Amino acid sequence: MQWDEFFVTGEPLIYGAMVSIALVSAAIMFTLFYFKKWGWLWREWLTTVDHKRIGIMYIISALAMLFRGGMDALMLRTQLAFPDMNFLSAQHYDEIFTTHGTIMIIFMAMPFLIGLMNIVVPLQIGARDVAFPYLNALSFWSFFFGAMLFNISFVIGGSPDAGWTSYTPLAGAAMNPGPGQNFYLLGLQLSGIGTLATGINFMVTIIKMRAPGMKMFQMPIFSWSTLVTSFIIVFAFPILTVALALMTIDRIFGSQFFTLTGEGMPMMWVNLFWMWGHPEVYIVVLPAFGIFSEIISTFARKQLFGYKAMVLSMIVIAGLSFLVWVHHFFTMGMGAFVNSVFSISTMLIAVPTGVKIFNWLGTLHKGRIQLTTPMLWSLAFIPSFVIGGVTGVMLGMAAADYQFHNSYFLVAHFHYVLISGTVFACFAGLVYWYPKMFGHKLNEKLGKLSLWFFVIGFHVCFFPQYFVGLDGMPRRVFTIMPEWMPLNVISTVGAFGMGAGFAIFVYSIYYSLRYNEREKTGDSWDGRTLEWATPTPVPFYNFATVPKVDGPDAFLAMKEKGETTFEEEKLEPIHMPSSTGQPIIMMSFMFIASFGLVFEWIWMAVAGLIAGIIMMAIRSFDYDDGFYVKVDEIKRTERKVRGL
Amino acid sequence: MSAHELKSGPLEYRTSQGRMNILGFWIFLAAEIVLFSTLFATYAVLFGRTADAPLPGELFEIKTVLIMTFLLLVSSFTCGVAVNEMRRGSVKGLITWLIITLALGLGFLGFEIYEFAHYTHEGATLQSSAFWSAFFVLTGTHGLHVTLGIGWAILLLIQLVKRGLTPVTSQKVFIISLYWHFLDVIWIFIFTSVYLIGMVV
Repeated sequence: MQWDEFFVTGEPLIYGAMVSIALVSAAIMFTLFYFKKWGWLWREWLTTVDHKRIGIMYIISALAMLFRGGMDALMLRTQLAFPDMNFLSAQHYDEIFTTHGTIMIIFMAMPFLIGLMNIVVPLQIGARDVAFPYLNALSFWSFFFGAMLFNISFVIGGSPDAGWTSYTPLAGAAMNPGPGQNFYLLGLQLSGIGTLATGINFMVTIIKMRAPGMKMFQMPIFSWSTLVTSFIIVFAFPILTVALALMTIDRIFGSQFFTLTGEGMPMMWVNLFWMWGHPEVYIVVLPAFGIFSEIISTFARKQLFGYKAMVLSMIVIAGLSFLVWVHHFFTMGMGAFVNSVFSISTMLIAVPTGVKIFNWLGTLHKGRIQLTTPMLWSLAFIPSFVIGGVTGVMLGMAAADYQFHNSYFLVAHFHYVLISGTVFACFAGLVYWYPKMFGHKLNEKLGKLSLWFFVIGFHVCFFPQYFVGLDGMPRRVFTIMPEWMPLNVISTVGAFGMGAGFAIFVYSIYYSLRYNEREKTGDSWDGRTLEWATPTPVPFYNFATVPKVDGPDAFLAMKEKGETTFEEEKLEPIHMPSSTGQPIIMMSFMFIASFGLVFEWIWMAVAGLIAGIIMMAIRSFDYDDGFYVKVDEIKRTERKVRGL
Repeated sequence: MSAHELKSGPLEYRTSQGRMNILGFWIFLAAEIVLFSTLFATYAVLFGRTADAPLPGELFEIKTVLIMTFLLLVSSFTCGVAVNEMRRGSVKGLITWLIITLALGLGFLGFEIYEFAHYTHEGATLQSSAFWSAFFVLTGTHGLHVTLGIGWAILLLIQLVKRGLTPVTSQKVFIISLYWHFLDVIWIFIFTSVYLIGMVV
């Protein structure tokens, strides 16, 4: 292979990106050397097994991915604003919509929510850590290296260009040679391992590590949503693992699963992909529902209305999510009967979702509503999500879908549900739990400004797409017809509005770090659940004394009784796991193995894999059982953070 | 995270971390069931799509498959005996029976490799048709699991010799026994739905 095949060449945009990547990396390296921060970075972050730090690393990576996916989106919208725009070539456009979709779902939405789960769930259920802290670090690094592998594709080797769904035979070796599609397959595979491990980890954590006395139906609703999501992860992700592996074997080792020769079945990919892909939609939206429920209950100053109905409807949604995958390809010729079955199962999901909407409205009813930034995000979510949901029911009608499918109507629908559901929740959750993570709130004024830019930009961007879709504009085209221009111009303006909202949000992080006052109590919003019972920043062992729980809204009850999580006479030494560099090293070997497979350098793949297996063997012989935090140290830490 | 130990009950369940590890492994096995179900479904969908390659009925030999089945079923039994020895507190018995289990597993693998080589020789390869791709990937994934299990158990044997029976080593042995029985169950499904059904086509 020549160097000019290895590096992507020929596009000024990509040269620009290469230069900026080199400059940013050099700047980071320089700063770390200049301030002698390498040791600190290694000890405090790269080797940590603390769930809160892992969560923060997840969120920082997800924000970077939101930036990258957002830049992709802006480039797409620029290209589509006017007919015959020569901003992107057809090939480059294909690559960008593929990476936009993949990054937003796999490397932005899911990690962002998993980051929030990591920070919040152990605190909410009164646990000192997750069940498997080492595995948790491993999960993070597998996501991180998977994301990196996918992201380098645009400067090395070339990006995948078959869409985030990568339908065969288009994505097969015959029609799509080169490393691009391999980056997709191995990037997703590598990060998928971590997601599955996270699912198992949180299931065990929530089932086994709740504070004494906390019954399942007394758990905060976000923890419930995490548990239900973990179930979906455990039962959906292995399907993706298999599908990706089969396509990898097809492309690299010449098997015939999805090929047009050797009696392979391209349709089977579509089925396997959506058997995972539809549950995936609920993996990114159920935790979001949990976040909104927490926020609405806190700022309406009321107990969540219909708590049990909320939990049950989540469980029903999780079950139904596995029974609807065919609605993604009604037009592929399954026949009327199959289409009818999946049409009905699809529409059924609207029922539990409607239940949840009414419960949020019920919580707001007669509440003393405080219009904080997280609350505004949640209030913006409800009507936006309803618009997305109703158009979803329209799409779920198999007969009508023959008109809507693959049009901008569909694009508008899923952006309406995924942005108002997931992205609003990510912002809401980050602003809401930010003081727990860093010990100060985000600036409210800037937060609201970014919210208005983002929410208005969102509606301006996607609402016209319903109409341009009904007008016949198909998705995935790189140039538009003149009669679709006016609505597309509006849409592009909206997209830049959202970009401005994101920029203001990032600025507000910087601004708040410099100017906002530090918090002393840790109970920033007069909260109801246990995460607010700890001081901020949260000590690494979370709770000096673990509270006893005997009802919902555990912290509210504690405050009424005047209890705290620091009762000096009850202190005992706390057992905690040690930091370890193994996860990052193991996963960097797996990264090398995957990179080798991408370029079909089998020697490199084998070498990386063997090194990874040796790391696992080392782990097997590792009997490090962690350490005890002494009572004196707990006392010192708690007195300091509580200002006693 | 607490290291409080129970005073009674099986050794592997005495620490809370041990109990969590075992529950976590059960959930992992649930994920493995989904993984193998997907492979079985793929196999079923591609059944008979052999293109120009031989049909399965022309190649499958009942004798080899019966020997493989026998080896693996017996290894599951000896694995159970090993855990029973562990419960009785006998490290020596545990190690002996675990080694017997591994030997049987290796025998199974040997036959599988022989079988794959034979099919390849007869013109049925991973590349030759969709059916054979599905066959090799399904049985190969099972074989890979067996291989990993053997490597894993050898690491455990070394730890047992070095450390004897502790809550940690016994929990590791218990988990690998779950894994081994699971592989046996999967094989029963392969035996019936791949080989027995394949032989009549």
